[in-house]
Amino acid sequence: MGVTPQAAGESVVAGVSPNWLTTRVDFLVNWARSNSMWPMPFGTACCAIEFMATAASRYDIARFGMERMSFSPRQADVLLCAGRLPFKLAPVIRRIYDQMPQPKWVISMGACASSGGIFDNYAMVQGIDTVVPVDVYVPGCPPRPEGLLYGILLLQKKIRGETLADPSIRIERTLDHRGLRLTPERIDELSEPFGNSLHQTRSA
Amino acid sequence: MNPSAEALKRQFGSAIRRVTESCGDTIVSVEAGRIREVLAWLKDDPDQAYNYLVDVTAVEYRDAELPIEVVYELFSIPRSTGLRVKAELPKDPPLEIDSVVPLWAGADWLEREVYDMFGITFRGHPDLRRILMWETYAEGYPLRKDFPLRGRFSRSEQVRQALNATPEAHYSLEELGIAESYYELPADMRERLSRGERGRVPDPTEGR
Repeated sequence: MGVTPQAAGESVVAGVSPNWLTTRVDFLVNWARSNSMWPMPFGTACCAIEFMATAASRYDIARFGMERMSFSPRQADVLLCAGRLPFKLAPVIRRIYDQMPQPKWVISMGACASSGGIFDNYAMVQGIDTVVPVDVYVPGCPPRPEGLLYGILLLQKKIRGETLADPSIRIERTLDHRGLRLTPERIDELSEPFGNSLHQTRSA
Repeated sequence: MNPSAEALKRQFGSAIRRVTESCGDTIVSVEAGRIREVLAWLKDDPDQAYNYLVDVTAVEYRDAELPIEVVYELFSIPRSTGLRVKAELPKDPPLEIDSVVPLWAGADWLEREVYDMFGITFRGHPDLRRILMWETYAEGYPLRKDFPLRGRFSRSEQVRQALNATPEAHYSLEELGIAESYYELPADMRERLSRGERGRVPDPTEGR
């Protein structure tokens, strides 16, 4: 292909098989992890439609190593909650998260998954971070495929910054004795109404 | 005006409270106590033949004086005609009305939804329990005007109750038709299922 056998630098490793390289373990592991994330699509609403568009040929999530949707949580790396989460589904997403093996990450896609969005009502979880830990929040209602891809790139960046020397980030944290992930005070604080939600209770 | 309204007045007299027309639809208000009788006649009379129950729902008005209305959307497939029948229920408990499941089996889930959202009890319903909210939901009836938009409990309490529900057990084993196989399951799975939403596992020898 036009490359001469005697290229520059060749003499340095002369006589040695070219099939090895040196690297840091962290770099190698993170490179592998971040470029082959298998998402578990937890699509509950219109965000899932945008997620499908992201997976389709125009935006092509496969460019980032995510073409294999894992519909079994046991083979998934990323839980992608696309859409609003009603209280009735809270134990379901929690169980799916618990079933995923480490290492695992969570993307909260869209305003409703991240904060309850416009659904500040009796039926909706106000942000899935009250139920499962979240790594990347993607804003938007729904986010465009570019937005989701940016979130995925951010998650890849986050993974590349992880180190095997710190096992604490991979510790499995189950629900506490109350059956909660956070303290009740923290959940109430996260669920506080904000913005236009403040004016919603007129008829109550 | 739908001619069924006049026919109803001739047939039932004072049980027909009011007939109004709105946006081309005829609305008939019927005494709540006779609703099943009236709907049975509308279904079975060959000149009416309202054989399809499109929807059962309810309305509560902001004005506290006004009664709650249970709304029946009827449609006659052979005659291509629709009719809306309303039954007025005074707000003081018991909020009860006859079930129309004996007339239309499809009313089963529709009436369960009205029960779930408004707390209206349907007498004679074969399986009246919540359908959208989980069965242990204790905050009340969400579409009632006195129900606060965010629910009655704090957010942390709502999350706690939701996370403590057992997702596998939304349906009873009877509904799934596998009540017999319960005793063949491994012990840990049996234990988990028995802690389900309704907290009771049917005995397969029961009711035989």
